[in-house]
Amino acid sequence: MMDRLWILAVDFLMLSLLTVGGATTMLPEMHRNLVEVQGWMSSEEFAQLFALAQAAPGPNVLVISVFGWKAAGVAGALVATLAMILPSCLLTYYADGFLRSPAGAVWREAIDDALAPVAAGLLAAAGVLLARAADPGAVSIGLTVGAALLSWRTRLHPLWMIAVGAIAGVAGLA
Amino acid sequence: MSDTKDMHSKDTATTPPRSLRELYVAFTMLALQGFGGVLPVARHELIERRRWLSMDEFTDILARCQALPGPNIVNVGVCVGARWFGARGSLVALAGLLSVPFVLILALCYLYASFGQAPAVSAALRGVAAVAAGLIIGTALRMTASKRLRTWRALFGIGAFVAVVFLRYSVVPVLLIAAGLSLAASWLLRRGGRAA
Repeated sequence: MMDRLWILAVDFLMLSLLTVGGATTMLPEMHRNLVEVQGWMSSEEFAQLFALAQAAPGPNVLVISVFGWKAAGVAGALVATLAMILPSCLLTYYADGFLRSPAGAVWREAIDDALAPVAAGLLAAAGVLLARAADPGAVSIGLTVGAALLSWRTRLHPLWMIAVGAIAGVAGLA
Repeated sequence: MSDTKDMHSKDTATTPPRSLRELYVAFTMLALQGFGGVLPVARHELIERRRWLSMDEFTDILARCQALPGPNIVNVGVCVGARWFGARGSLVALAGLLSVPFVLILALCYLYASFGQAPAVSAALRGVAAVAAGLIIGTALRMTASKRLRTWRALFGIGAFVAVVFLRYSVVPVLLIAAGLSLAASWLLRRGGRAA
């Protein structure tokens, strides 16, 4: 148990400073580590826990609490979540003053320009890998494509799409 | 800070939160309204409903937070809280963002432990997972409207996507290489005096 908490802490402390464009971009890395390296959950369970987190309100980073819980209970949830936010929060708190200065603004502009496309590419990749993790049938692929197009082109609230997904699943389609 | 109550600037006037308690409640409420991302809710609540920040102030904060690593909304909480109450404000904003949603999601975890094996529940979650993956792809597609992606730098994004999805490289090295090359290219172009 202590071993698992240490592994969670070290992994998420590192991911914290590597996360660009939201915790979601690092989901493939979490899958690699939690499913393939540690074997703490199956690929199917990973996809289900991710779905559970998406269906709940709150910041996306809480998906990490769910994975931590699966690995080591409530302590795991706390350790993983705190490890994921602690380094980046400290950096943000101390770097924000610099980024507000004129010299900092130049840096910020350059970093945003350089990282935005990479973040978008990794986010799209995370979506595709998650869709693949659940070993999808034709209807699942349809749900994924439909949700992608609707959230891209319309302002439909995501909860409606999540509800349709749940219903299609229960109906035995997905 | 523009906490003026001037009649003429009624539409743009902002008033800061009066207490840490108000900060905590505001961040709890906005976190609980966020499904698949809290940032849009935060924008609405902080600018339009509570009028703590102007649109420009929020956009500036967000731009800085996106340049820094870590979950974006969490970074926004740190900056917004610090703006009025220093480190205590950051901690309170974070507590607001995370505490109640954390307890809720743990409750869901225990429900999952009890009922997750039931065929109907696991089937429903399969459907939700498919939709949630699509929502992530949709978010990435929406980002392509940004002018930051409408440049030759988009090649780094496309390269990262291909490397992870088709060549099956892991995300961390791909990120480090793509981001490193993208930053280096920007820097070289700036030094060369060419507009990128």
